[in-house]
Amino acid sequence: MGRQARLNERLMDWNQLQSKLIAAARKNPPSDHVPYAFEKRIMSHLAAMTPQNAWALWGGPLWRAALSCLAITLLCGAWAFASDRRADSSNSFSQDFESAVYAPPSQHAEDVW
Amino acid sequence: MEPSDAELITAVLRGDSASFEPLIRKYQSRVFATARRYARRESEVEDIVQEIFLKAYQKLGSFRGEAPFEHWLMRLAVRTCYDFLRGHQRNRESAFTDLTEPESNWLEQFVVQPDSAPEDASAARQLVERILVQLSPAARMVITLLEIEGRSVKEIAVLTGWSVPLVKVRAFRARAEMRKVLKNIAKEKYL
Repeated sequence: MGRQARLNERLMDWNQLQSKLIAAARKNPPSDHVPYAFEKRIMSHLAAMTPQNAWALWGGPLWRAALSCLAITLLCGAWAFASDRRADSSNSFSQDFESAVYAPPSQHAEDVW
Repeated sequence: MEPSDAELITAVLRGDSASFEPLIRKYQSRVFATARRYARRESEVEDIVQEIFLKAYQKLGSFRGEAPFEHWLMRLAVRTCYDFLRGHQRNRESAFTDLTEPESNWLEQFVVQPDSAPEDASAARQLVERILVQLSPAARMVITLLEIEGRSVKEIAVLTGWSVPLVKVRAFRARAEMRKVLKNIAKEKYL
């Protein structure tokens, strides 16, 4: 049996290789070293974060409320403008219609009387 | 006498943020060790640990005190590490390069005489790291917690927030994935 074939055959023992590597990982736990004054770094982040949070707490909902109010105002304005125009046009039409229907008889009546 | 965790947490929740510092000092070494299992670069490790403590501070109100603070913090740590792995999973394929000479020698030694390949060799450690980097985030998480840290399925379910059957399924898939990566490495070397 050639060396290459022997190597391949031995390599088929994946379970052993896998457990060997896992055992290697177990034997070498990661370091728990902490960089100098790391807690100070966290505390300074927290100190910087707190006022921002107060703004973020109010800022987000206020912006959303302002935008939705603006959208509602625009929609109401557009609706009022459109309905106004429709009302104007229907008014003139009704007046035109009325004068068209009643003008000749009234004119005729005036002539008669 | 030092104040207990519960006293410190109550003080933080009342608005005394300085009381959070003793909690960081007490648990930071454990959190660093956990983060180093999932990130290689020291800058990444520091960023993960920082995120864990900032999250802990923000979510402290949700800590009900039924379990020790350390358990709650470690759950948060494991979930943050998992998010980190998911966020960096695109890099895992490109992380693969050829084996170094010591890694190659260790593998060769294992092939010739499996029992003589030392488990405490740095080459074996590097090889494990190389394999773990190529696993999917879930597979890496399960292999680390179950096989390397020796935790139970139930513990992993609590830590990760996955159900017990999901942990079992993921553990099965993770072992298969790890074997596939091993085979790929071996193929590249010997075939």
